[in-house]
Amino acid sequence: MQLTDQERAMLDGTEGAAKQKAMELLVRYGEALGAERLVDTNNIAGVPGSSNLFLRDYYKDVGNSYEAIYSLFDLDSDEVVSVPKVSAYSCHLQGGMDPALWAEQGMGRDAFEHFQKDEAEVAGHGIQLLKTCTPYLAGNVPVKGEHCAWMESSAVVFCNSVIGARTNTEGRESTSAAMLTGKIPDWGFHLDAYRRGTHHIEVEVSVDDVFNWGMLGYFIGDAVQENIPVVTGKIGHANLIRHKHFGAAAASSGGVEMYHVVGSTPEAATLEMAFGSRKPVDTIRYGKRERRKVYETLNSVGTNPNVDYVMLGCPHAAIEQIWEVANLLEGKKLHSSCNLWLFTSRSVKAVADANGYTKTILGAGGLVMTDTCSAIGRTMPQGTKVVALDSAKQTHYLPAMMGVEAWFGTTRDCINAALTGRWSGEAP
Amino acid sequence: MSEKIILLRGRKVVGGRAEGEALVTHDTISGWGGIDPMTGTVIETRHELRGQSFKDKILVFPGAKGSSGWSAMFHTARLAKTAPKAMLFTTMTTKVALGAVVVHAPAVTDFDQDPLAVIETGDWVKVDGDTGLVEVTKRG
Repeated sequence: MQLTDQERAMLDGTEGAAKQKAMELLVRYGEALGAERLVDTNNIAGVPGSSNLFLRDYYKDVGNSYEAIYSLFDLDSDEVVSVPKVSAYSCHLQGGMDPALWAEQGMGRDAFEHFQKDEAEVAGHGIQLLKTCTPYLAGNVPVKGEHCAWMESSAVVFCNSVIGARTNTEGRESTSAAMLTGKIPDWGFHLDAYRRGTHHIEVEVSVDDVFNWGMLGYFIGDAVQENIPVVTGKIGHANLIRHKHFGAAAASSGGVEMYHVVGSTPEAATLEMAFGSRKPVDTIRYGKRERRKVYETLNSVGTNPNVDYVMLGCPHAAIEQIWEVANLLEGKKLHSSCNLWLFTSRSVKAVADANGYTKTILGAGGLVMTDTCSAIGRTMPQGTKVVALDSAKQTHYLPAMMGVEAWFGTTRDCINAALTGRWSGEAP
Repeated sequence: MSEKIILLRGRKVVGGRAEGEALVTHDTISGWGGIDPMTGTVIETRHELRGQSFKDKILVFPGAKGSSGWSAMFHTARLAKTAPKAMLFTTMTTKVALGAVVVHAPAVTDFDQDPLAVIETGDWVKVDGDTGLVEVTKRG
């Protein structure tokens, strides 16, 4: 890789041991990719220095401090180094528990105290505590063309596709190294040609609500894997929430990091612009049969209609979604055997609190939680066996991770299940 | 009975040498939510390798998909001593590149022939990450 004088100096250790270790990792990573150089970035989203019980136990002999874990795990260093404040604008994505409702989530006091300690370190290192998988809803909105280094597949696909900013799906180690150096390999989605479409998806059934956008995303991810789909046809009523669910689904069933919706997303004013000089390797239609099949796939891990947990907010809910849930629950009570947890970011919850939505949801028997979700925090109400979800992404992960049955449907289907204790969603 | 040996040439992702039994899948692998790093087992519903462990195997796969937690999960697998001995894959992404880097095991990509077509589970595979040379001895 070609390095600038400044990068070479960091690699040589003239800016301290932590930046040297960070640069060593970025060079190994860049060479693994086959990148020719690094690119400057001043917008980084990761999970720096966080540790679970396994990591704290693993590193206990070397002193399992925040700095030790940042050095040995995040920077993949062979020694503990002093970690300075970050030098690039950085934010912390989702974490492991709610800062107030951790006991309800089944977390012990020890785990909570560790969480507080970690959080103080994150803040102390100058990293913004956004604590969400949707940084773009919590104050970090890049602009078109901006070079970013983000983790969180659903945020990455949103950043590239909907905003037109540029990021690969980074990992914990690369984002933590980028926070210290302001550098990331100049590869993949940082380059114009890489961003052009590979597969043409023709939508032949009407896709115009969150439920249908989510299913289409799940279908496309499975169909194109890590490629770049270009969507045309009967897809409409685009908005932030529909894109959020579509991208998250496509990044779960496959590895979609960027997509184009012709006439809607910023690098796809026309079909020609979306593909550039590339020829589509395949044209895939999405009709009634395909929609039916994806619905059945998502509902293949549910047989018991007695729902005992409704989880909403994957990816973290926008204020519009919390407003919708509060309206559906106003003046009602959840079924006695069913719980409802809705997950969002701290900043969106502040608005939900101010608007009274948190109180309305609490009045019905539900909880609004921040920072985490059932999959990330591995937390569900005690005794949960059957979950109802309105997120294809969460439906993809939660049953495999937590050994539960799951139903997938509309937000209204989920609220109905919460109120009656029974799943009554129907195939489209 | 003479042994059938096949040579593949690829590009270094991570250097080093290893040999072992191949575990081959034609499905891309999810890291976070797709594997249990404590046992090295694939847990994804509907995955071809569901329930099988890649611990100490030469993992031959198309590449990575899913969450950006890919590298951290495979990194954790290395610490838990359940990581593959080497990784051979066909599609380069940032997830698999960073994952391979932090696993420290030899890794190779950009082959002159498709390893997913040539290598079968159970074959004995020698990997030289530095030269990108992979020697496959077909199972009996």
